[in-house]
Amino acid sequence: MKPIFMTYTKKDLINLAVCMVLSVLIIPTFIKTEYWYTSILIPWLCLALATIGQQIVMGYTGQLALGAAGFMAAGAFAMFNLILRVPDLGFVGSLIVSGLIAAAFGILFGLPSLKVRGIYLMVATLASQFFIIWMIDKFGWFKNYDSSGIITAQDIVILGKPFTTPLAMYFVCLAVTTILTLLAMNMARGSTGRNWMAVRDMDIAAESMGVSLLRTKVQAFAISAFYCGVAGALFAFCYLKSLEPVAFDIKLSFKILFMCILGGLGTINGAFIGAAFILLFPVLLNAIGNNVFHGAIDATIISSIEQVIFGLLMIIFMIYEPLGMAKLWENLKQSMRSKLSSSGIKGVKSPILKK
Amino acid sequence: MAYERKFKIGKPILEVNNISLAFGGVKAITDTSFNVLEHEVRAIIGPNGAGKSSMLNCINGIYKPQQGTVSFRGQVVPNITPNIMAQMGLSRTFQNLALFKRMSVLDNILVGRKLHTKTNFLEVALQLPKVKKEEKLNRERSEEIISFLEIEDIKDTPVGKLPYGLQKKVELGRALATDSSIILLDEPMAGMNVEEKRDMCRFILKVNDELGTTMVLIEHDMGVVMDISDRVVVLDYGKVIGDGTPDEIMANQKVIDAYLGVEH
Repeated sequence: MKPIFMTYTKKDLINLAVCMVLSVLIIPTFIKTEYWYTSILIPWLCLALATIGQQIVMGYTGQLALGAAGFMAAGAFAMFNLILRVPDLGFVGSLIVSGLIAAAFGILFGLPSLKVRGIYLMVATLASQFFIIWMIDKFGWFKNYDSSGIITAQDIVILGKPFTTPLAMYFVCLAVTTILTLLAMNMARGSTGRNWMAVRDMDIAAESMGVSLLRTKVQAFAISAFYCGVAGALFAFCYLKSLEPVAFDIKLSFKILFMCILGGLGTINGAFIGAAFILLFPVLLNAIGNNVFHGAIDATIISSIEQVIFGLLMIIFMIYEPLGMAKLWENLKQSMRSKLSSSGIKGVKSPILKK
Repeated sequence: MAYERKFKIGKPILEVNNISLAFGGVKAITDTSFNVLEHEVRAIIGPNGAGKSSMLNCINGIYKPQQGTVSFRGQVVPNITPNIMAQMGLSRTFQNLALFKRMSVLDNILVGRKLHTKTNFLEVALQLPKVKKEEKLNRERSEEIISFLEIEDIKDTPVGKLPYGLQKKVELGRALATDSSIILLDEPMAGMNVEEKRDMCRFILKVNDELGTTMVLIEHDMGVVMDISDRVVVLDYGKVIGDGTPDEIMANQKVIDAYLGVEH
């Protein structure tokens, strides 16, 4: 299929249009409960954005990194300080600069990837997780010498207009996530993405073709950290509405890693699917606990069951479908299409028959 | 050869001077020198473990020899790395296939266009007009190579799913996409049947003939080597034991001994 606009094919544009209609028109019209925005949709968008960051470094460039939450913390606290100390930047300006500050950390902590790989790199990148959190805790300046430990995030004001209702914040997150997702797709499908994947699949050959390992890896880490930084800022300002380093602990890094793997390594839409699954699954379990067992099961047991199921799913996906839920979705569509075409419905072409 | 070559064999493009390479105590290559002339097809042959692949890895900068230098177009290349050699116009294929397995055939070949891609990631993210123009040119060149190698029907297939012979073709395609002046082929025909070998020979000669690309190849099939190469260098135990035209090599007693063994 030929791209007709930027790198997007007709199919992509239809998908994009469907997503936009759904998220801009249908969701705001039909969902009125605040709970859905404050507890599901906003964190979903923020975490999906961070997962795209994780995808870039892990799914596309093949560098096992574990420290997304550290970069998110860097972005969140950078945002707080920028709004506090450089108010002229404005919300959007601060968001971009926060991302850039996180990217600088990404470059710093991405450097070990030149020497170590695999599980050792994962351990090395953990440094970012602990160092950034430690730094914020240690130096009071980052928290504006607030002794309570939890700082309230400033209100979001864009071009003089406040964005404080859940719906307004949802739109802020949606706009940022949409733009950054499109940019990520452009990169992933263009020459930048090819360099990343070449380094992932066979670094020696990539180097022999003139792909610089240093530049490609560091670039992937920087872009990944930029995405995580922006996601962290949105996470703090739209979802948590407060800033505390504990919110960005290693558990969040693992959560993002799970989202990345379950969603499907090396896919952008997998980031959204994975994030939705990890966020919604506990909600579903709770609903089952409350409605089917009428609260007979203790909440702590439910959260343990959740961990067990996530762990099992990770193992199952790693063995049977390393490309994750995005691939399952793709297969489902594929088989539906071939069933439709074999049953003689006109206008549906089987992608298998075409070859 | 009877026919007139479009690109006449010229001056040395690549010179290997007194290279010695050892892994710990094991000497892979000892004080080896030979040259490659521009536009020629040069074969490196030798029994297993003779140091042929190590030689290519030294030329390409993957291994760092303890002694000796590599000159490109008369200039000694200091601090050889695969990247620097690629920039100077040297491309290669690998013995055990080093393709990007999860990427499609077209994408693999497009990676070969890396050095003809000047736009940075920001420009790519924003899809500026110059990115589109460059991408279009690179795609056109890649499609040309794909149709030249007669692999149009598999261009969207992930390389990892292809049979070995086709993967070898794709690897040649990726090397061609760099538009390099010299290509090193490490056993381009290993594991191929007669027909596939004939095809591969045809492609190698055609590239050499039409584009004037200098070809250095390692090959085990003597029939093929003697047929397509202009000059042959023979390595045994990391040393040059013969260097010359195919006819000279076939008459060389040392080479015959190395291949058939010597009576004691």
